[in-house]
Amino acid sequence: MADRISDETIEYIGILSKLELGGTEKEAAKADMEQMLEYIDTLNGLDTEGIEPMTHAFPIYNVFRNDVVENGDESARTLANAPVQKEGGFVVPKTIG
Amino acid sequence: MAKQYETVIGLEVHVELATRTKIFCSCSTEFGGAPNAHTCPVCTGMPGALPVLNRQVVEYAMAIGLAVNCTITRESKFDRKNYFYPDNPQNYQISQLYLPIARDGYVEIETGGGRKRIRIHEMHMEEDAGKLIHDEWDDVSLVDYNRSGVPLVEIVSEPDMRSAEEVIAYLETLRTIIQYLGASDCKLQEGSMRVDVNLSVREAGTDKPGTRTEMKNLNSFKAIARAIEAERRRQIELLEEGRQVMQETRRWDDNKETSYAMRSKEDARDYRYFPDPDLVPVMIDEEWLERVKADQPELRSEKLVRYKEEFDIPLSDAEMITSSKRMADIFEETAVLCGNPKKAANWLMVETMRLLKEHGMEPGDIAFSPANLAKLIRLADAGTINSSVAKNVFEKVFAEDIDPEQYVEEMGLRTVSDEGALRRVISRVIEDTPQAVSDYRGGKEKALGALVGRTMKAMEGKADPALVGKILKEML
Amino acid sequence: MTDIMEMTAVELGMKIKTRELSAVEVAKAALARAEEREQEIHSFLSIDGESALKRAGEVQKQIEDGTLTGPLAGVPAGIKDNICTRGMKTTCASKILENYNPTYTAEAVQKLEQSGAVVIGKTNMDEFAMGSTTETSYFGVTRNPWNPCHVPGGSSGGSCAAVAAGECSFALGSDTGGSIRQPSSFCGVTGIKPTYGTVSRYGLIAYGSSLDQIGPVARDVTDCAAVLDVIAGHDNKDSTSVARGSYDFSGALIDDVKDMKIGIPRDYFGSGLDPEVKDAIVRAAKVLEEKGADVEEFDLGLVDYAIPAYYVIASAEASSNLSRFDGVKYGYRAEGYDGLHGMYKKTRTEGFGAEVKRRIMLGSFVLSSGYYDAYYLKALKVKALIKQAFDRAFERYDIILGPVAPTTAPKLSSSLDDPLHMYLGDIYTISVNLAGLPGMSVPAGYDSKGLPIGMQLIGGCYKEKDIIRAAYAFECATDKIYVKAAPPDMRIADEGEEGR
Repeated sequence: MADRISDETIEYIGILSKLELGGTEKEAAKADMEQMLEYIDTLNGLDTEGIEPMTHAFPIYNVFRNDVVENGDESARTLANAPVQKEGGFVVPKTIG
Repeated sequence: MAKQYETVIGLEVHVELATRTKIFCSCSTEFGGAPNAHTCPVCTGMPGALPVLNRQVVEYAMAIGLAVNCTITRESKFDRKNYFYPDNPQNYQISQLYLPIARDGYVEIETGGGRKRIRIHEMHMEEDAGKLIHDEWDDVSLVDYNRSGVPLVEIVSEPDMRSAEEVIAYLETLRTIIQYLGASDCKLQEGSMRVDVNLSVREAGTDKPGTRTEMKNLNSFKAIARAIEAERRRQIELLEEGRQVMQETRRWDDNKETSYAMRSKEDARDYRYFPDPDLVPVMIDEEWLERVKADQPELRSEKLVRYKEEFDIPLSDAEMITSSKRMADIFEETAVLCGNPKKAANWLMVETMRLLKEHGMEPGDIAFSPANLAKLIRLADAGTINSSVAKNVFEKVFAEDIDPEQYVEEMGLRTVSDEGALRRVISRVIEDTPQAVSDYRGGKEKALGALVGRTMKAMEGKADPALVGKILKEML
Repeated sequence: MTDIMEMTAVELGMKIKTRELSAVEVAKAALARAEEREQEIHSFLSIDGESALKRAGEVQKQIEDGTLTGPLAGVPAGIKDNICTRGMKTTCASKILENYNPTYTAEAVQKLEQSGAVVIGKTNMDEFAMGSTTETSYFGVTRNPWNPCHVPGGSSGGSCAAVAAGECSFALGSDTGGSIRQPSSFCGVTGIKPTYGTVSRYGLIAYGSSLDQIGPVARDVTDCAAVLDVIAGHDNKDSTSVARGSYDFSGALIDDVKDMKIGIPRDYFGSGLDPEVKDAIVRAAKVLEEKGADVEEFDLGLVDYAIPAYYVIASAEASSNLSRFDGVKYGYRAEGYDGLHGMYKKTRTEGFGAEVKRRIMLGSFVLSSGYYDAYYLKALKVKALIKQAFDRAFERYDIILGPVAPTTAPKLSSSLDDPLHMYLGDIYTISVNLAGLPGMSVPAGYDSKGLPIGMQLIGGCYKEKDIIRAAYAFECATDKIYVKAAPPDMRIADEGEEGR
């Protein structure tokens, strides 16, 4: 299946993943992804009828915490690496115009 | 002839659970606090931090699921919902798509149109987002993650509602159930209950579903009702003009009573859900389910039946008392303590409601103890204080939760039962008010009232007015 | 006395314990060795000599007052730069985290510190652990100490090169598709990827969360077991952490493989395998057979499906895991953007390198609407089948033995032009991550250029002890001839030979 990755697809993936590729980068990305998907298509050679998809390799379940407050005021640590901060909050470009 | 339209409404209701800590970390869920005070590496999406599920979230979710007649999913999993927005520190929200905790339930609502069953499609657990504060000075927004990771359940109904009245009835029913479970306070204004309205219209008599919109930012029942009416009209107008309704998310502006589409080319609405590899499945066995069922508190519908049987309270009174869990709890305890359920109900329905209204409070804000109300009722029943003194004392109980027995003693509010003393006061009143006396003797029955009033005043209210009247008549 | 940094971690620890050496002396030796070799090798992204010496002094006191008694007390360590260390920059070798200072320390590092190990610095890696050569690091390549014209492998190339060059006695790496085992093989050191859930992932900056494990890189099997003894353990901050019955891996250092059943997958010896590597592995298997192990060839199956399944799963998880790097809370934020989404895009496009972007985009695509079932769910089903194939194999064998990688370390800048070809180099290691199993790379020979060759031992679920025991028996039988530090004068020899 060739040409599965159109300009629109790359554009769309860019919106989903918040990446913006320039001209040559975009062409390279298209080619790379096309090649990878073709390779990934080898999976179709394997019959997986009736097989349950496996998220965790081992059956672990019911891992819980108790509802007990253990953390104090950690705002200084939370903000320690903020690129821009103001009045105890992280600064971002205005979200609603 | 103008076409008739039917409105089809389904709701997505988010409820913040009343846990002490967040869903995946040990930070406090306390409302308020300095920005980012209740945060840690987990709820701020620091690299390398990992989520661990709060057991109480599952217990509350199970309790709500059972109370709204859902089937509890025996193996439930968490998925990541991927989208970029700054209130969401990981840029994915941990939620449940493929195996939500509960499915296929319903609640019964009652409206002017009678009883109706609103089906619940599913209910899932997820984490709340942080808050964005818009800084007008710098034209930027500030992110506060205190709310990030507060546990939510989202209850998704089937599109079974046809009017704002049904929507409000459904929400009130849901809210009462959840409040009774103690799983949330469900306050719309404070955001602990949030409602998104999915609405479409279709020509009456057809089954073909119309295109629906999703309305957000509805902060009160009034706003919900107004938004439903406005959106219904907007969609009908579009159809009448031969235009199409766009499937979109709209934001309600309650001040302008209008909504606008929240759309952007950056909003692809392709959330790429997949199972969260950092969390493991929740397996609910028969034993756990049975335990949650057994621990389930009595719900309102059950109380209504019991109040009639146990306390002989009329249904309309029982409905009023049970409209709030707090009120119902106070009623039950007071009734047992004072042994007079009817009086207990009366005090709550009349005086308590009056004072709540006067102070702009909700029944949930009642602060007095059932023990003190019970004492007051016993004092009144025994005739130790008369009814007007009782009302005054109750205001003190309501405001400061004082002990009425102690208060009556300290303030000397007991009704004077010594008839001799009473007669002495009355003779003085007769002497001091010759005009009223002669009026009464001249046939003016009303003048007796004035004399009783004078006597009561002289007694500082601490007398039985009926007894005073009787003695007065005798002495005149 | 031999050079301090020629000794193994456990030997050093013993000398410190018996006061023949002090922790400070050892830390100084490690820092001096690093000073000498870093110019050429570049194993480390940051070295904090001052803190290391201060810490060594504290450790020495605690050894003297008897608080610290473990075998790693005073031993210098390197930590891969995707493992969080409070107060030490943790960059994932990415521009996007160039100045990131974690506010907490990863559980595995905390355990090491409690044992008295002295962290001297953070090691280089492929950006966000995506790569097999350590060449995708934003901060420059690491060179193979055995021959600086060659890569050290990756993604834990810095950790493995640092140990091979004697800049630290051991290091922590992480392994998502072979990232501990392959560079261990290329650098002639010993590395273990433990069973998934054995070492806490808390503080490991995630690449593919369902596959990632932290593990030890060290000079020999004994050191690896000693480090694993310390870092393994149940952690209630990691929901995927498993409470295991025993964490005494050193107890498996037994020179006896009699009647141990070893399976050799025929599928691992196909056309892609370098004949020199093949010979070395066959010889190594012979060694164990001669020691009484029951060695047998078998067909594992599904080998060709592991890499495509891996790239779907790992990329999908990575696309989500790496979405948190957005210029809001930490790390790099671009300048001169337009609005919120402009900031996201500019920051991420400038902050991530090509390989990372490639995988984020692939991952976003395979999860996107309309493709989820065909790619992501399909890959999870293949993963289930691969697990079943291993389960069947482990019904018959105690361990599986094969090569770690098809070749020895390739030359610098010979891999990145053809990503798919580079991905194929992980063919023998990747399925172990998909099945969650423990795997180990043990030095087992050299090729004609003098580059190390690693043997891979794969164990059943929670059966690290089986592979440790086999590896130890192999070491004993070969008199540890493959366990030695890289010779510091290799470059000259190579330049002559290659006529560069």
